[in-house]
Amino acid sequence: MLRFIARRLVSSIPVLFGILLATFVIGRLIPGDPCQAALQERATPEACAEFNSEYGFDDPVFVQFGSYVGDVFRGDLGNSLQERQSVTDLLIDRLPVTLQLSAAALFIAVIVGVPLGVLAGSRHNSKTDVATIVGANLGVSIPVFVLGLILQYVFALQLDDTPLGLPASGQLTAGVIPDPFYEVWGIGHNSLFEFISNIDLLNAVLIWRWDIFVDALQHLILPAVALATIPMAIIARMTRSSLVDVLGLDYVRTARAKGLRERVVITRHALRNSLLPVVTVIGLSLGTLVGGAILTETIFNLTGVGKTLFDAITGRDYFVVQGFTLVVAIGFVVVNLITDIVYTFLDPKVRVD
Amino acid sequence: MAIEELPLAVEQAAEAPPPQRRQRGLWRDAFRQTFRKRSAIVGAAILGVLLFMALFAPLLAPYGEREVLIDSEGLQPRTEPCIHLSVNWIPDVPVLSTLESFLESNGFSCSPNEPQHLMGLDGNARDVFSRVLYGARVSLGASVAAVSFAVAVGAAIGLISGFVGGRVDNGAMRVMDVLLAFPALLLAIAIVTARGPGLFNAVLAVSVVTIPVYARVIRSRVLSVREQDFVSADRALGVSRPRILSHRVLPNSLTPLVVVATLGIATAVLELAALSFVGLGGDPDTAEWGRMLALERNQIFTSPHLVFYPGLMIMLNVLAFNLIGDGLRDALDPRLNR
Repeated sequence: MLRFIARRLVSSIPVLFGILLATFVIGRLIPGDPCQAALQERATPEACAEFNSEYGFDDPVFVQFGSYVGDVFRGDLGNSLQERQSVTDLLIDRLPVTLQLSAAALFIAVIVGVPLGVLAGSRHNSKTDVATIVGANLGVSIPVFVLGLILQYVFALQLDDTPLGLPASGQLTAGVIPDPFYEVWGIGHNSLFEFISNIDLLNAVLIWRWDIFVDALQHLILPAVALATIPMAIIARMTRSSLVDVLGLDYVRTARAKGLRERVVITRHALRNSLLPVVTVIGLSLGTLVGGAILTETIFNLTGVGKTLFDAITGRDYFVVQGFTLVVAIGFVVVNLITDIVYTFLDPKVRVD
Repeated sequence: MAIEELPLAVEQAAEAPPPQRRQRGLWRDAFRQTFRKRSAIVGAAILGVLLFMALFAPLLAPYGEREVLIDSEGLQPRTEPCIHLSVNWIPDVPVLSTLESFLESNGFSCSPNEPQHLMGLDGNARDVFSRVLYGARVSLGASVAAVSFAVAVGAAIGLISGFVGGRVDNGAMRVMDVLLAFPALLLAIAIVTARGPGLFNAVLAVSVVTIPVYARVIRSRVLSVREQDFVSADRALGVSRPRILSHRVLPNSLTPLVVVATLGIATAVLELAALSFVGLGGDPDTAEWGRMLALERNQIFTSPHLVFYPGLMIMLNVLAFNLIGDGLRDALDPRLNR
């Protein structure tokens, strides 16, 4: 077991190095002069020369890459050219928003997708099954941004005055500024605390403010549902087809022949084995979530990783682009690693080879 | 599983052909199987309608793709849809007039002297229905082009790296791993920004991003096909490597590729629309569904029709390829043919 994990860790090292190289290349490929973008009308030749030597843009490319790798290993991702903030600080500010959104979306996708799939798969070819398949097909086909806009129209405009009305954009109602929990608790301040306090829901619980929690939750529902739809449909489909496969196996027939109730056969015997491929799908859908987050954050006006990255790419903010894509890609590799390891726990057959 | 069974099934059919029935190939079989399913038929029907729209857009569209109507008809931009049901060549059917009065009371219809606009006007006073029709051309063409390019390049990489093996294989697959480590949309956005916005670059970006998917599919298939007896036989007979690749390995690796590519078109439509939505697709005048939607997205509360119709079209387009792809997969994967 440990050997498997170790081997898996070692094999991801070249990929991580490739990611470093790729983020560097992506950062450099963005056209336009960084000096022009950063200094704008103050970009005289002299100022630009000074700017370039300050940020190392006048060194040979491979020297730049070398110092980039060195900086990354020292935890220094550079400074944003436009926000006048270090990229690390920017990440502490923006990453929690995306994490909270993706976590909420994944939660909805699993909580709704798996039971739907089980319901459909256990009544193969019934009306419930057909309805679920149709729903899932529509779900994977609707673009995140279309669904997001429709949700805004329905819940923020049409149902505005009803109890079902939800806010259309933002993270909290304007004017609501929750105190970070470390200040309330009076326990000093560091990057980790700041990171945690930027997760609105968690911070609201930590400072014990129910009203802020509800407010943050209300703002979270629409974007999370929009983002959750595609993974939810994929998870429901996967659960269904894998349950149908497992229900045709001999051991399930044995369980039925023993006279077990159908409910027991499904929940105790079939479901466990059929959830294996679902775990893989959940791991893979995290990549879709990040891509979808760019669109969702734009529509719902959330300042998360997706929106920041998009702004940085269009604004030629090299270090932000490099730093953020690096973090996203490494996060993706780590998630795949975790999926693989979880898989070996769930399925002893994988461990043998 | 599927890898060994497919060629075998074809061989068996060849060995013992039923007396009267004509022998059918794998692809014809798969085709018949696919379109026996209701979902695939629905998908094909939607695709048929979209193709019809794309081919005959100039004949079907009442106005031009870029025709601005503000002067000629005196209408305001973002006018709501106006549908005349009682066209003079249809006899006065009571049902139609009931329907019309229903639509009229719901703000969908308009007075008889107003010109008909099935989906209303957009922010530049252009007919949305005409633009939606022309949009089918862009969406279908761009997504099929993106997938074709990706399949061609991906299949070549997968074939060579699977067949040659060793360092070439290892190197190529590590590069693919790195490409797959980035969320597809993010990488596509980065590529388009690097090359400058535009429809061609968007297609290229969506294509490049999906190359690893096809390379991997083909490679895994090649790895098993190249160990088969008929390939060893060719090798023993001294058949050249390129010929083994093109005449033995490639045809036997196509089945999963067809399925993945069909489903890939659906993803390509979504990603192209997303790129257009963030402003990296074609120019604003081109009737592209994602772009039409993006231009009017701030009007969602005042003119929802401008967002709804392009959105619906993108969804139908994706749905069509998803349904057909699912049907193909079921037909080409004997494991599920019970």
